[in-house]
Amino acid sequence: MTQTTATKTPPTLPWVDVTSRLCKGCDFCVEACPPRVLGFSTDINERGYRFSFYLGDGCTGCGICFYNCPEPGAITVWRKPADAKPRKVLQ
Amino acid sequence: MKDVFKKPDSFFDEFSRSAGVDKEATHYCPGCGHGNLHKLVAEAIDDLGIVDRTVFVSPVGCSVFGYYYFHVGNVQAAHGRAPAVATGVRRALPQSIVISYQGDGDLAAIGANEILQAANRGELMTVIFVNNAIYGMTGGQMAPTTLLGQKTTTTPYGRKIANEGYPLRVSELLSTLTAPVYIERCTLEDSKTIMKTRKAIRKALEYQISGKGFSLVEVLSPCPTGWEIEPLASREWLTKNMVSVFPPGVYKERTDAEPRTMEPLKVLNAQEVLGALNMSAGPDQRVASIPPDFPTHELVLAGFGGQGVLLLGQLLTKSSMTEGKFVSWLPSYGPEMRGGTANCHVVVSRRRIGSPFVPRPTLLIAMNQPSLEKFADSVRPGGMVVYDSSFVKTASIPSHVTPVPIPFSEIANQLGNAKTANMVAAGAIIALTGITEEESFTALIKKLRKKELIETNLKALAAGRESALALGIQVAGVGIH
Repeated sequence: MTQTTATKTPPTLPWVDVTSRLCKGCDFCVEACPPRVLGFSTDINERGYRFSFYLGDGCTGCGICFYNCPEPGAITVWRKPADAKPRKVLQ
Repeated sequence: MKDVFKKPDSFFDEFSRSAGVDKEATHYCPGCGHGNLHKLVAEAIDDLGIVDRTVFVSPVGCSVFGYYYFHVGNVQAAHGRAPAVATGVRRALPQSIVISYQGDGDLAAIGANEILQAANRGELMTVIFVNNAIYGMTGGQMAPTTLLGQKTTTTPYGRKIANEGYPLRVSELLSTLTAPVYIERCTLEDSKTIMKTRKAIRKALEYQISGKGFSLVEVLSPCPTGWEIEPLASREWLTKNMVSVFPPGVYKERTDAEPRTMEPLKVLNAQEVLGALNMSAGPDQRVASIPPDFPTHELVLAGFGGQGVLLLGQLLTKSSMTEGKFVSWLPSYGPEMRGGTANCHVVVSRRRIGSPFVPRPTLLIAMNQPSLEKFADSVRPGGMVVYDSSFVKTASIPSHVTPVPIPFSEIANQLGNAKTANMVAAGAIIALTGITEEESFTALIKKLRKKELIETNLKALAAGRESALALGIQVAGVGIH
């Protein structure tokens, strides 16, 4: 099974991970990011699109880029380490 | 707030159902609103804990491949029929949560009636209505929701009121109904409105989970490809042009709605179904009484409308059916009640019938000249062409079939009722082919509602039999052995 989303907890938190090979270059996340910490590449990925990427510093973990991204698995935003507490499930 | 914003669990990890080589990314164009919406729906399914009982109904449109992505129950409906399918699923599986995900071409055009009726019945379902003012999948044609002046491939000079009317406002329309509990219109123009949409989808699903009734979220969504602009520009276009025509907001919300009570479906077991149909399980015992050399008869009966060829075919099949034979009757007729042409295909066999369509009949019954001309050449070699010689004056019949001219109409006239020509034909057919027993046919005639006609018909039947036997035609072997 191919892993389409990043799973490892990143080095510093908060952090945004863009899986560049899934990006279709719509630029929504770059424009929407409040602290403007996403860049837009000049080269193209294997799908033939320019892609967005994290500049490496300043992510607040707001998740706005995640909701703006139309591709289900392209963006992962980390606020706390994964599975810090169990997911709330409503019955 | 979440610790990690990541691909919702309600999506497949890998889109292995996709027919393309790309199993990782969706098939949607860059900047397409479907991706955002899919994410919001999947996230809501995750968070509401309904993944195991959700059934996602995909429409025809770009979102036709919903089953590639959502790791829930999936049905793909015919164009516009998603609310009807969703109704069936929800009623058959009362514990399910059904999401009908439809575009504007699907929901507001071909499926406009389905959504109206489902909403009016207050079906327990959640409809996600994606409105992008255009037919996206088929190449950017005008949709009912297309804006005035908007250029599409089918309105190259822009939509005009005089030609195409006004954009259809579905949320406003449906909110006039009494039954729906929640109707909201949202947009996907920026972060703020996306988060509003997220909330609306959850609310709509919660109304279904609590059993209150029909909920619909209309979402104005960008279609950069259909609108022929860049993704970022498409969001601006949406804000600038669509929002004023389709104002966002809550159009209906009945927070005080009582949970709907559904009558439990009565599920019949196989025995009960057979009992209700007056049948029993296993091979039909009556078949055993049919002679093993009974051939398959494939008939075409044709004539003017009003001559009774359809009824004749029906009676022959019904009569054969009472003997336990397999039968089929396929009518074809014009819209006229009298006149015009009519024909029917009849198959009678001791085996199951694969197709009711008869392209090469073993027997043609032509009640007039045009029918004879039309079908005579299609009769199988060794077959028979029975025609009404009172109407057919010049018959050109292929040499490999047996012509049987009988003046059905004249005989019927002599008996005093021209309408019984079809019964004369029936008598002749039965005598010539043995397709059914005359007793079975007589029994059917005796069940006629107009009692005064029974005697006339029986006379006509006998006259037909005699006229056929008088010809002295050797007929063994007609039919497919």
